[in-house]
Amino acid sequence: MGALDPAVQDLLRALAPQVVSILCRRTNDFAAAEDAVQEALVAAAQHWPDEGLPQHPRAWLVQVASRRLTDEVRMAIARRAREETVVSLVPPEDQVALGADDAGSADDDSLALLFMCCHPSLSPASAIALTLRAVGGLTTAEIARAFLVPEATMAQRISRAKQLIRESGLPFERPGPEAFAARLDAVMHVLYLMFSEGYAASSGDAVVRMDLSGEALRVTRLLHRLVPDEPEVSGLLALLLLTDARRTARTGPAGELVPLDQQDRARWDRQAIAEGVALLDAALPKGRPGPYQLQAAVAALHDEAPSAAETDWPQILALYEVLRGLSDNPMVELNHAIATAMVQGPAAGLALLDQLASDARLAGTHRLDAVRAHLLERAGDLSGAVALYRRAAERTASTVERDYLLAHAARLSDSLGSGA
Amino acid sequence: MKYMLMMNTPGNGPYQIASWPHQDLVRHIQFMKSFARKLTAAGELVTAEGLSGPDQAKRVRAGSDGKPITDGVFPEAKEFLAGYWIVQVDSAERAYQIAAEASAAPGKGGTPLNMPIEVREVMSEAPREWQE
Repeated sequence: MGALDPAVQDLLRALAPQVVSILCRRTNDFAAAEDAVQEALVAAAQHWPDEGLPQHPRAWLVQVASRRLTDEVRMAIARRAREETVVSLVPPEDQVALGADDAGSADDDSLALLFMCCHPSLSPASAIALTLRAVGGLTTAEIARAFLVPEATMAQRISRAKQLIRESGLPFERPGPEAFAARLDAVMHVLYLMFSEGYAASSGDAVVRMDLSGEALRVTRLLHRLVPDEPEVSGLLALLLLTDARRTARTGPAGELVPLDQQDRARWDRQAIAEGVALLDAALPKGRPGPYQLQAAVAALHDEAPSAAETDWPQILALYEVLRGLSDNPMVELNHAIATAMVQGPAAGLALLDQLASDARLAGTHRLDAVRAHLLERAGDLSGAVALYRRAAERTASTVERDYLLAHAARLSDSLGSGA
Repeated sequence: MKYMLMMNTPGNGPYQIASWPHQDLVRHIQFMKSFARKLTAAGELVTAEGLSGPDQAKRVRAGSDGKPITDGVFPEAKEFLAGYWIVQVDSAERAYQIAAEASAAPGKGGTPLNMPIEVREVMSEAPREWQE
């Protein structure tokens, strides 16, 4: 058996959500349709390398998946027949009969599919996995590898997610106008988390992990194409692009974390930055700012600064002031404290951190310690900084971050000339 | 067969490596990374995980209502599990060899730590051989 070349792989994955949608619409059974398409994708990967690309790849996939579904229906009917001796009058073939592919509604379908996978009753981890499979066209094995869990565990997580969706009784359709905004928020949140998961892992131990950030970007591009007029969707895509642009520069030769102010800016992806800035420039004038547009604006200010010293911190501080008003998010508060320190000096930032110390969401986390250590270092209290960097290192759950914090503490401690 | 190799560190106070000079710390981290790469390349590494610091550790028991009763921190504990490797090898001797290599990770001043590594065989689902 040959291997699929990358172009065909891309094609398969682009077709996957369309085929899931077509079958969903015909059968009204998302869970069964999604399973059938997964099998059709596997069949394509087995047959296409030897038999060549079919003339109509999407129709091929629809047909194979439909046949799967028909078999399923036939078995279900046989089961029912045995149980109730009642046979459906509709022949199984007709229940999932092939109709003409309605290309015009393919976009609506893809959107409905995305809303389905990011269903609010799902945990973020389940929604991410389901989105990767149904919309991203990835296999369960690939998704399991991305999350570093056994394939059986991931298969179960996906099947439980589909069960929850089925129980919710939610129809496969674009949500009505009253629910649209909230459901769109849920989709954006899932894509944001998918990206973060990949971004945090990308600098991890040199284990080959699937590119989750790249996947999040791909699906966010799709979402942006489907709803081009939502400024927050543009903001999210811009944020991901502007952050991803720095990805290769944030890791050193030995896989160590390189903080923003020490990154080699020549390694930043200028094309991604230009695309992100253009998206933002188009979205902001619509006058409907939101957290993603504002965070993207902060990222753009970092990306466009010729050097760390030339970063427009007053502007970043102003953006965080607005963000604080929009959301109650401890990470925003921490970043606001850093920006304050950069503009008004470390003492002002430390005073803000003191107020945050009582926030239960931050208590005992390494982030508060790490930020305070950073500000103490800037304020010249090196031994205080060393102690807090070390405490943060003990508290973080990320190896890369721990190594970075320990190394930084050790360097400071060396400069103090004592072993403590 | 699979073996679990457990690395314990002294439990009193923070990680011992936290107080090392920068150069020694970096050398230790590099060693651990290349050790994992080598085991992977040899096809022997099943999994390896490092655990977060002991001040996050809790001991949990079920109460009479089945709800969790948590207990911690443990300043009195002599040592703590810092991380583990699971390797798939052909013999116990090979597992011991790997453990010895991990044990000799460079410490302060580059001197081998020679820390104790506990080696335990992982039970397999099926019996390894037929009993005649």
